Amino acid sequence: MSNLIKGKKHEWETVIGLEIHAQVKSNSKLFSNSSTVFGSKPNSQVSLVDAAMPGMLPVINRYCIEQAVKSGIGLNAKINNHSVFDRKNYFYADLPQGYQISQYKYPIVGEGKVTIDFKDGTSKDIRIVRLHLEQDAGKSLHDQNPTKTYVDLNRSGVALMEIVSEPDIRSADEAGLYISKIRSILMYLDTCDGNMQEGSLRADVNISVRKPGDDYGTRCEIKNLNSIKFIKQAINYEVKRQIEVLEEGGVIEQNTLLFNTSSGKTSPMRSKEEAHDYRYFPDPDLLPLDINQEDIDKLKNAIPELPDDRKTRYISDYNLSNYDASVLTSDKYVSDYYDTIIESDKTLKDSSKIVVNWLTSELFSLLNDKNIQINNSPVTPQNLGKLVKLITEDIISGKIAKEVLVEMFNTKQDPEKIIEKKGLKQVTNTSEIETIVDEVLKENQIIVDQYLSGKDKLLGFFVGQSMKKSQGKANPKILNEIIKIKLSKKK
Amino acid sequence: MEFQSITKLKTLLNKNKISVKEIAETYIKQIKEKKELNIFIYFNEDKIHDQVKEIEKLSNDKVLKGIPIAIKDLFCTANMPTTAASKILENFQPTYESFVTQKLIEQGSMFVGKTNLDEFAMGSATNTSYFGNTINPLSKNDNPLAPGGSSGGSAAAVAADLCLGATGTDTGGSIRQPASFCGVVGIKPTYGLCSRWGIAAFASSLDQAGVFSKNVTDASILLEEIAGHDQRDSTSSNVKIPSFSKNLNTSLEDKVVGIPQEYTVDGISDEINGVWEDAIKSLEKKGAKIKHISLPHTKYALPTYYIIAPAEASSNLARYDGVKYGFRAKDAKSLDDMYELTRSEGFGKEVKRRILIGTYVLSAGYYDAYYLKAQRVRKLIANDFVEAFKECDLILTPTAPSAAFPLNEQQDDPIKMYLNDVFTVPASLAGIPGISIPYGKDQQGLPLGVQLLSKHYNEQEIFNAAFSLEKDYE
Repeated sequence: MSNLIKGKKHEWETVIGLEIHAQVKSNSKLFSNSSTVFGSKPNSQVSLVDAAMPGMLPVINRYCIEQAVKSGIGLNAKINNHSVFDRKNYFYADLPQGYQISQYKYPIVGEGKVTIDFKDGTSKDIRIVRLHLEQDAGKSLHDQNPTKTYVDLNRSGVALMEIVSEPDIRSADEAGLYISKIRSILMYLDTCDGNMQEGSLRADVNISVRKPGDDYGTRCEIKNLNSIKFIKQAINYEVKRQIEVLEEGGVIEQNTLLFNTSSGKTSPMRSKEEAHDYRYFPDPDLLPLDINQEDIDKLKNAIPELPDDRKTRYISDYNLSNYDASVLTSDKYVSDYYDTIIESDKTLKDSSKIVVNWLTSELFSLLNDKNIQINNSPVTPQNLGKLVKLITEDIISGKIAKEVLVEMFNTKQDPEKIIEKKGLKQVTNTSEIETIVDEVLKENQIIVDQYLSGKDKLLGFFVGQSMKKSQGKANPKILNEIIKIKLSKKK
Repeated sequence: MEFQSITKLKTLLNKNKISVKEIAETYIKQIKEKKELNIFIYFNEDKIHDQVKEIEKLSNDKVLKGIPIAIKDLFCTANMPTTAASKILENFQPTYESFVTQKLIEQGSMFVGKTNLDEFAMGSATNTSYFGNTINPLSKNDNPLAPGGSSGGSAAAVAADLCLGATGTDTGGSIRQPASFCGVVGIKPTYGLCSRWGIAAFASSLDQAGVFSKNVTDASILLEEIAGHDQRDSTSSNVKIPSFSKNLNTSLEDKVVGIPQEYTVDGISDEINGVWEDAIKSLEKKGAKIKHISLPHTKYALPTYYIIAPAEASSNLARYDGVKYGFRAKDAKSLDDMYELTRSEGFGKEVKRRILIGTYVLSAGYYDAYYLKAQRVRKLIANDFVEAFKECDLILTPTAPSAAFPLNEQQDDPIKMYLNDVFTVPASLAGIPGISIPYGKDQQGLPLGVQLLSKHYNEQEIFNAAFSLEKDYE
């Protein structure tokens, strides 16, 4: 697949590297025991350490370390037995210590890679440079008062994993697939909740363009993007901008940019003169972090099935297509939901593809309409499994099933109960159907005659009328056959 | 009235010959009488009386019940303000109690006040304090002397009988040098022996709490109470703390005392070298073997220290920005402006000097040449001691290159001031324990101290040798 972009004069190649900031899923912060619950009252989750009171000291939260190691394993990366926490020094109102504790020279996780899958069935590896742990800053609130800035330190000290990719990404779509894949892996591992709206996963995007075969061009960094949609928009805008500048004979200045989500444009955040010297040095309040190989192996053995493994399993065990399998596995909750359906009844394994359709088209559209996440679905996987079974066993038709699903969605009821209550069970009893067909043929003698005179297409009319009379409950296959037999007898 | 020592006062108290209240009144009176020495940043009679009521309820088993203790104003205390002798924390009242002071409270001690120090412990004369100089109580009227620093207020408080013990912190000599200047005992234990939790940080990899007292026994009692592991300080040692005071003895049989040749430096008075000689002879007399040793990287200790300590300080003091607590300059027009004004007005000259030095040595392009190199040299210096302690148990040196100097001397010459730390800094860089005990006087009658060093966690041998010297000196 060619990703080259045609400018006015040349073709250009986009080069993208991502720094993803993923909030570690943990009840307490990286160096203090304050809670990390999102959306709490401002400054209600701030310890003496988080507020950088005199004499307060950071203490490593071992759980966050384990979470980072697990994430590293999920990214097929090297776990470093020895890593160091450094101080990154700069002043800002929402940075109480005047420095951020991060990892600079010796990160906890080294080189790794993830695979992204394209719709056409091909795939590509994106290399990962490192994953390191760091503290999040607080929040400056500029919109609460016309003349004042307020600071909320609830987020101050929350653990983040910064995942840095090599510049292996070549398009906005690839960037989207890459961040989805990282998100999916972390959610499978339960090391990040993946909630981009709440800022649990955000990315800085480094972008440059070059003529194919040239060295890398000068890059610009777009900061703090928190949706895949915005990431793609920002990349597309920025690539176009850079190509225009270059084709007009200009040069790209290395810069940090912000993306305005309403205008869809990027603009410089700070100029070069304000470039920071962060004066990194090892934090003397913390000892270097040494992790036993044994502990790493223990975590390795406890790693759950990851999206790629699950995809392979779906293809081999359930005969799903690569595309269906990757759609299902890209979201852990969807995939878990699917697994629960299949496991709920032995016979459903043979209907795996039908289950996919009912899940990804019918249920998804109901969920999307109401903006409900799959893990909050009013339709339980067990009930959706029952519904599919009712269809495959010819107890209800697909058409009726759609109605039943809506009812299940609205009332959380079991499909069998809905069918029973509403009398929707499919009629498979041939004599019942024969009676209906006889009535229809009798009521429409003229059309029967037309049919007999050679208008074969009118068969559909009789099917429709009979189905209507059965209130949609007649088994279509049996109905069809009976009509054909009855009409042929009249010939 | 003078109670001489913790052990003596405790005996009187246990025999009901004195009450906690009487102790409090005695010390309040003495502190008021010596107000002009400017030893305390915070002193409040009511706060002492409040403590008396609580202390009276405690059992006599509490080791420090009723013992008057002065606290260096770098330790955060929930009951008294904490300033670090800086305008930037002028009105700061912590809501928490430092690990060390909490331990002292639990054992029933009575805090008489918060003592003066060099601003954020940066200095060697207690003359960089925002609250003015402390005067050495041993000064003659016409010639006010410096008490040393940075824990000058605490050393002076013990020397002036305003308490029987005091806390200090030692980053490069801030306990040992003022102990020498004021003629009291001061010990800096092994780095990590006492938790740093709740002590305003100067240089995290060097800061260590310790104590001042009137004699070695009292120092051993106090240290065993404030030492111990603290999960809230990642650099706190998880070692068993021996009962230093119970194990005290003067026997030095089979002990080898090293005398480092590098500590004989130019410009040191014969008096100081004489006191050193006397101490060597005393130890020898008690059965110790004297061995001349070499600590070859000693000459690099001072420059190494004056890179590492300011580097850490430049970052540790970044939190004093006017945003959350403490002093905030008025009329700032922007956030950057607020930082600039707050920190320009809130910090004194010496603190600013060190922040600038520290910022410089950590800057891109200078980091390798200064900070990284200093870290490497620090390892060499530490290794000197490791090698030395393969052939000796203790090292004996002078504590400071001079006796207490006049207050107005050295004020404007930072390099000369930094030289005060020449004998104390190497042990700080190595993280090993050191004590200073008075062992002689100069011609003017001013005390001179000697320093005993040993390997990590070997405070007991230091106490024993110091105890031996003290007995001999008496």
